Amino acid sequence: MSKVATMADAVRELLRDGDTVAIEGFTHLICFAAGHEIIRQRRRDLTLARMTPDVIYDQMIGAGVARKLVFSWLGNPGVGSLHAVRRRIEHADPESLEIEEYSHFGMVCRYVAGASNLPFFPIRSYYESDIPSVNPNIRPMRSPFEDGTDVFVVPPLKPDLTIVHAQRATSTGDTQIWGLLGCQKEAAFAAERVIVVCEEIVDESVVRSDPNRTVIPGVVVDAVVEEPFACHPSYAQGYYDRDNAFYLEWERISKDPDALETWLKEWVYGLQNHAEYAERMAGRWDELKPGARMSGEVNYGEYA
Amino acid sequence: MSENGYTKNEMMIAASARTLAGERICFVGVGLPNIVCNLAQRTVAPDLQLVYEAGVFGARPSRLPLSIGDPTLVSGSTAVTSMFELFAFYLQAGLIDAAFLGGAQIDRFGNLNTTVIGDYASPKVRLPGSGGACEIAIHARKVLVIMRQAQRSFVEKLHFRTSPGHSGDPEHDRMRGWFGSGPTSVVTDLATFGFDEGSGEMTLLTMHPRVTLEDVKGNMGWEPRVADDVGETPPPTDDELRIMRAELDPERVHTS
Repeated sequence: MSKVATMADAVRELLRDGDTVAIEGFTHLICFAAGHEIIRQRRRDLTLARMTPDVIYDQMIGAGVARKLVFSWLGNPGVGSLHAVRRRIEHADPESLEIEEYSHFGMVCRYVAGASNLPFFPIRSYYESDIPSVNPNIRPMRSPFEDGTDVFVVPPLKPDLTIVHAQRATSTGDTQIWGLLGCQKEAAFAAERVIVVCEEIVDESVVRSDPNRTVIPGVVVDAVVEEPFACHPSYAQGYYDRDNAFYLEWERISKDPDALETWLKEWVYGLQNHAEYAERMAGRWDELKPGARMSGEVNYGEYA
Repeated sequence: MSENGYTKNEMMIAASARTLAGERICFVGVGLPNIVCNLAQRTVAPDLQLVYEAGVFGARPSRLPLSIGDPTLVSGSTAVTSMFELFAFYLQAGLIDAAFLGGAQIDRFGNLNTTVIGDYASPKVRLPGSGGACEIAIHARKVLVIMRQAQRSFVEKLHFRTSPGHSGDPEHDRMRGWFGSGPTSVVTDLATFGFDEGSGEMTLLTMHPRVTLEDVKGNMGWEPRVADDVGETPPPTDDELRIMRAELDPERVHTS
């Protein structure tokens, strides 16, 4: 059965105020369009989880949708700071923001534990670091086996809603990604509800022609949204490049609360949907389009 | 640009790239390490496999990556992995020979702070946090640090220890059972440092051309150990400068 929905309907039906929501994607495939829709629907009291809260979470937190942030690296990658987030952490401006922080491996393993229905996940990190002293969810444990290795354990992270972006998916949610995988798969399997946003909805035969590329099966997906350019200014491998000029520009916008508010009015509240955003950005797409570099083909074999 | 035709950053990048001579598998960080590793691959370490925490092994970027998740890292690489695999099978299992780290603060034992300036609960400056740094410091066999030197960053006492370095007790360090053993070198815009085997303490090895001992000491928060035979860091070669300027950073983002 088709799970195709508009972004507005998918967010309206699958996200509730107070939820823990993860929009994942490591530099690659960050679904800005979903974040904008959440801002547009004026959701409140969300706990935002993400390994690398970047510009989209700065926009969401600046817009007031979140009360808490769970993360492992906080910044505008390759550029600088997230000033809206910093204002809330450093000055409680306009209000405080609760934070819960891990290292990258700790966050990844929280999703793995969540996706695997495990009560915790052991890792060899955090030794002689101050991080566990500020996060009581990172706890020391001794291996019950003879080696007695000291490890740290992290608890499962099970978002109420995970939103991932992909290059392509079927109408029932079978999802294929290439390029950086981040922890999209782990975050999707860990979640109670999943929205897949894609550049293109494709026929099932496309997915079945290359099953090794399927990262998330439709069985864990609740809604499929076809939304080209939904990652801008982030990128989708093979479709459009990162718009670095925007990341640089965000440094200036984010520093000034008034400029941020003006930007949100112009680019989020003032637009009906992402299609309007893509239309207004139309001048950018040619410049961001990469050249072709096709993969080779493999023979899966016919066993009739 | 100095009167001798290269910048402080170019000196720092060249000196840092040379510390990778002969290394095989290197974990690359954001910013300066990106250009350092790409320079090393084109000079002293042609067989260097560049590993990015985003989940790329054996990257062959055709442009200077804008971030550690740039699409150019994927195209033409040896392998793309999930982040779980990258951190678990490659890093935690000990496959990484060398890794670059930096930070807002470093102390004399190479402990690093990338979390906060000031008090954690109400910080003066909220920094990015660990990212992968905490586990990289523990598992990479050599940790190489690249940082600009200043009183406020080379400090007697860190405000927060994000990533562990040497403990100051070599016996304790040996008993840790980690693949890593604290940073092995620090390259700044003024000098290069190693770490004393006995004490685990940062030790001045060479000073860049025209830098004095007073400059070095005036830009750190403790009285450093100084090697008996402190020399001058060889300036960037024509070849290193050509690669940096023409190939790696034509827009001079990192090198000016």
